[in-house]
Amino acid sequence: MNKKKHWNDYLWIWTLIYFSLGFFNILFAWLGMIDFIVPIIIAIVKGNKAFCNRYCGRGKLLALIPSVFKMKNQRVAPKWMYSKYFRYGFLAFFLTMFANMLYQTYMVFAGAPLKTAVKLLWTFKVPWSWSYTVTTVPEWITQFSYGFYSMMLTSTIIGLVVMALYRPRTWCTFCPMGTMTQSICKVKAQLKK
Amino acid sequence: MKSKKFASVNKDICVSCGACTGECMLGAITTPNGCYAVVDTDKCVGCGRCSMICPTGCISIKDRIGA
Repeated sequence: MNKKKHWNDYLWIWTLIYFSLGFFNILFAWLGMIDFIVPIIIAIVKGNKAFCNRYCGRGKLLALIPSVFKMKNQRVAPKWMYSKYFRYGFLAFFLTMFANMLYQTYMVFAGAPLKTAVKLLWTFKVPWSWSYTVTTVPEWITQFSYGFYSMMLTSTIIGLVVMALYRPRTWCTFCPMGTMTQSICKVKAQLKK
Repeated sequence: MKSKKFASVNKDICVSCGACTGECMLGAITTPNGCYAVVDTDKCVGCGRCSMICPTGCISIKDRIGA
């Protein structure tokens, strides 16, 4: 028996569209801000993780791939992976890298040359200049696009690796957005008491 | 008649990712407060689908006492 599909079950398409658009024109990377801002707004306003639960395109994609390819990996994530120390540590690391990306953007704003490369896993520089065409858009906007796209691609790669090793949505156990929104929800639940 | 088994969530481990809510055929498991998943034990039939998909393994299937 299969569950009836809803429109949001197809949101994995959004993730594919996002990476495809960014492949051809890096400025589309800004669309990823939706995945950053919406979960936080929902958590603050509604006090729940509706975005993670229902609308996260990456979550949908990670859940879909093992079912399509009949992957039967049933291993639960190792304890350390969903421990508070790792989750909050990864969140701190992620935010630090985000701040670094903002700094790089500022440097370009201040006159430094634009770097048309995507940095995978915060380490490996992959040339990505084909997706950049000279426009009237200020270079710092393009630099942010490269940084943001790098971050989105990196987190998806990590998500795919842990998906292959463990259960489909293992990425969600330490996803920085998930950790952040759950913390907001916990604070809201405490305040309600 | 209620089933003999039901799902139970370890709140301390649950990350409220919602993998289980997407899997439940009966809508018996939800994440109402974003902190952890909650099972409606009246609806739950203890099929174990949620338990099989949970990435942290925080859902266990328990026997209903007196069922």
